[in-house]
Amino acid sequence: MMAATVVLSFLLPLAGTLLLALSAGRLGARMSVIIGVGSVGLAALATARALILYPGTPETITLWTWMAVGDFRPTIGLAVDGLALVMMAVITGVGFLIHLFAAWYMTGEAGITRFYAWMNLFVFSMLLLVLGDNLLLLFLGWEGVGLCSYLLIGYYYQKSANGQAAFKAFIVTRIGDVFLALGLFLIFRELGTLNIREILVRAPQLWQEGGTTATIAALLVLGGALGKSAQVPLHTWLPDAMAGPTPVSALIHAATMVTAGVYLIARLNGLFLLAPDVLLLVGIIGAVSMLLAAFAALAQTDIKRVLAYSTMSQIGYMFLALGVGAFDAAIFHLVTHAFFKALLFLSAGSVIVSCHHEQDMTRLGGLWRKLPVAWVGFLAGGSALVALPLVTAGFYSKDEILWQAMAAGNHGLLAAGLLGAVLTGIYTVRLILGIFHGQPGSDHARNPEPGSSPVTHHLPLVVLAILSSFVGAWLYPGLDTLFPAAPGEGTDAGHTLLQLLAIGAVISGLVLAGWLFLLRGNWLNQLVAQGCGRRLWSLWHHAWGFDALFDRLLVRPWQLAVTLLRHDLINLAMNLPALVARALNSGLVRTQNGRVRSYATVMVLGVTIILTVMALAAGGAP
Amino acid sequence: MILLWLILIPFLGGLLCWQAEPWGDRVPRWIALVTMLFVLVISLVLWWSGDFRLPDGSQSPWLLEWRAPWIPRFGIEVHLALDGLSLILVALTGFLGTLAVLCSWHEIDHRVGFFHLNLLWILGGVVGVFLALDLFLFFLFWEMMLVPMYFLIALWGHSGSAGQTRIRAATRFFIYTQASGLLMLVAILALVFVHYTNTGVLSFSYEVLLGTDVPDALAPWLMLGFFVAFAVKLPVVPFHGWLPDAHGQAPTAGSVDLAGILLKTAAYGILRFALPLFPEESQAFAPVAMTLGLVGIVYGAVLACGQQDIKRLIAYTSISHMGFVLIALYSGSELAIQGAVVLMVAHAFSSAGLFILSGQLYERIHTRDMRFMGGLWGRIPVLPGFTLCFVAASLGMPATANFVGEFMILFGTFPTAPVVVVIASAGLVLAAVYSLLLMQRVHFGPACREGPLPGPDLREYGMMLALVLLVLLVGLYPQPLLDTAAATSARVAELFGNGGPPVLAGGAD
Repeated sequence: MMAATVVLSFLLPLAGTLLLALSAGRLGARMSVIIGVGSVGLAALATARALILYPGTPETITLWTWMAVGDFRPTIGLAVDGLALVMMAVITGVGFLIHLFAAWYMTGEAGITRFYAWMNLFVFSMLLLVLGDNLLLLFLGWEGVGLCSYLLIGYYYQKSANGQAAFKAFIVTRIGDVFLALGLFLIFRELGTLNIREILVRAPQLWQEGGTTATIAALLVLGGALGKSAQVPLHTWLPDAMAGPTPVSALIHAATMVTAGVYLIARLNGLFLLAPDVLLLVGIIGAVSMLLAAFAALAQTDIKRVLAYSTMSQIGYMFLALGVGAFDAAIFHLVTHAFFKALLFLSAGSVIVSCHHEQDMTRLGGLWRKLPVAWVGFLAGGSALVALPLVTAGFYSKDEILWQAMAAGNHGLLAAGLLGAVLTGIYTVRLILGIFHGQPGSDHARNPEPGSSPVTHHLPLVVLAILSSFVGAWLYPGLDTLFPAAPGEGTDAGHTLLQLLAIGAVISGLVLAGWLFLLRGNWLNQLVAQGCGRRLWSLWHHAWGFDALFDRLLVRPWQLAVTLLRHDLINLAMNLPALVARALNSGLVRTQNGRVRSYATVMVLGVTIILTVMALAAGGAP
Repeated sequence: MILLWLILIPFLGGLLCWQAEPWGDRVPRWIALVTMLFVLVISLVLWWSGDFRLPDGSQSPWLLEWRAPWIPRFGIEVHLALDGLSLILVALTGFLGTLAVLCSWHEIDHRVGFFHLNLLWILGGVVGVFLALDLFLFFLFWEMMLVPMYFLIALWGHSGSAGQTRIRAATRFFIYTQASGLLMLVAILALVFVHYTNTGVLSFSYEVLLGTDVPDALAPWLMLGFFVAFAVKLPVVPFHGWLPDAHGQAPTAGSVDLAGILLKTAAYGILRFALPLFPEESQAFAPVAMTLGLVGIVYGAVLACGQQDIKRLIAYTSISHMGFVLIALYSGSELAIQGAVVLMVAHAFSSAGLFILSGQLYERIHTRDMRFMGGLWGRIPVLPGFTLCFVAASLGMPATANFVGEFMILFGTFPTAPVVVVIASAGLVLAAVYSLLLMQRVHFGPACREGPLPGPDLREYGMMLALVLLVLLVGLYPQPLLDTAAATSARVAELFGNGGPPVLAGGAD
């Protein structure tokens, strides 16, 4: 019974895609919206039903054997357990709300059918990603979400810049995917299976802890996770990916796809526990990404780019949690982050459409009276993002992460996490002040047209605002039983102290931000306008210059190679025999000139030479 | 007898088309269509009724066999045989032949009868290559498919950019394949004479020659003779020069046949002849072959990115894809060889799809230069969506047939040659680069001109839909293909003896 509902949950979005794609534009906008939103809504209902029917023990549903040659027999099989169900609930639940909001956001846009076809395809792929019981099926979903991400980033395809952003997103994540694929090859060679449960059973039996094979396998899988989850050094695609419509950013580049890397590492926890060095590296990369992105978020003026760096930063927290072995805390933060970041993006979308597609903070401002719903959305989402104590979902999940880092005894990561909390406070306050307070920066901000639709505009924002509050934290069921014990399990020593520290970090961030932006605004503007301050601003604005670095290291050499080889040098070399033949031809043609005089000359010359040679030969051998 | 008919039907159909020319253009088209459908149906019926389980040692490996003496004095006979692998490829020939006829429906408007004569004779020659077991007969068919292809390019081709005339492309194609065919002929004759000196029996029969004890000094050279002939056709860098020109200048049907089937005759030749006739030499040669495969993957991809002509771009991607096949054939792993079979079929579908689509674009905007395309997504209905499907297949998106092929190859090769697999995997990124570049340059970006263009008619829509469905079907359930080719692949994998990957040791039977 549960099997049927689980299968239904991803078949419905697929059916939506097929219907919309095969209609080839013959459906009206209204019908497209109904199919696109309805299919995901029904999928969410199916997921809810599966949650109710879930017996509490993991179940495997094998649909068919994908391919079978010898030992290589990956299946189209689904593994339903607590983790998969939580992910499904987020994907279909938050996904439905975003689809609903998109109906308002995309009103009047051309190609609404195409938009919903790809959005539904994304939901389908993402569900397969979290449901796949073997790594190859997971890889199917993994690549599928990548393709949908590519298509949706480039949704406004007439602008070349959007196409380039989409291209960059796909290629950078594909580089990560190749590492994951290599990890799959290695795992299959060593363990003879791709089934996730069997891998987790066999790996500890066959591999020793900290051994080379385990370390390499974990590193390769990590490579895949870094690409998808936009962590250093494969993070450069995410800010550019904001070229897509805002609901796409909310669904793919905040709530679901970018957290797939976190899911992957949590799913393969046993593999990473066998490679403690790699696990530590996960934490360090998480911390580095979190801080790099938080600083970069401070120096953006495009509101979507602020949110993009903030997403990177929050995923850094999740990686930090994974790095100290707190898999449950990472998934917890994944869930709450999906709520509040989706809310922030949708609120941003509301502002952007209301202000006639203006998304530069310096040209917005003073909107809080005119766009009250979006303002409330930003306040609720923003307070969850900075982890305002007790009332927000973000507080509980972030507190859990910091506590686990402390319990693991990793004070470096803990300090990074606390510093990150301060920075989060600063950039969030700057964002909200920049959009909603102060003076409007352009006519677009002076005359906004607020969203008024109760169902497609208000409802998603209100529901997500509720989920971003402590309610969202309550809803999370806890997956302790699924994962190996976290470092902080069973003890509580020092937890209160840590909570005070964390709250202190949040408050100091907020106070600092208030002081900087409200009282010392002019001083700050002068500071970044010249000298050191300006250079620092530029550095952070360009996110520490990774793009320029990769451009020099990879893009330009590649372009050079393409230009140099355009005319197929190897082929030109293969033309040599033809050229030689032609040269011989043109040389010999001259001898056949039809003049008796030259024929006679040549004949006499020939006879002379032959006679000379014979005479010499005879003279040499008497 | 049915095997003989499989070959004769296209030849007879071709003659009929030619003779029917006076009755108008439609008659030859319909005759050609019915002929190819006939081939397709026969092969599907054979497939349906056949049994492809691994035969015991005593049983004949052939599902069907037919032989008749031809030149008894030299031990030459007409010996045709069919196993799982050749059946798959014959069915593929029937299917792509049908598509080739369909996609030239409006494109070819002069000398229609003679065009279809050439088209059907190519396909007849290809079917002959896939069925012939006598080396002389094989060589005959191998050469026979070249001549009509030459005419196809020379008479109905496009006159492309400056300095690239269709005659020149056709001549280049002919010289390349003819010269390499000559090497194979020398190798075949030498093999036959070695066998004659050893045993006193003069025979061109594949099964007789199979165990020939060739002197150590000679064997590598004979192996190379076969390999070079097949390498030119596959094509392997540096013997690829004819391919982009031929594709660039050929009519759509010619490109579909070239990429879809003619390239596969080379892979088939390696599987059927080069490897089984010279197993030890081939194993020693494997590192070189794999390196050539890697060079092909990377070189083809880099060049594909630099092309402006959409058909030349697709041609270079073929070189890249065939690099994977070459690696697999010399890996000695059953999994990889099975993957190569799937990839051959997958590449036939995806490249045929892309070539047909570029033909359809050409009929609408009269250019193949991508600098004059862009923004077509908004101007043509439906076709861009199909392009996206084939582009996704070409970059190896999971759930497409290409993914199954490529990943089986990489999984199978990894245990024996991990370094090769690591480098080949970089090809996956490059595949994404050139595939998306195609999409980007043709369908996305600002529109070059304004105004809507006509969408596909029923014929175009049907071809595309059939190809997409097959790509997805093989991508999600390749088992029928795998089961059919299993016996052949397993035998080839065993040739490399102890070189086989350890993981498969228990599961191969």
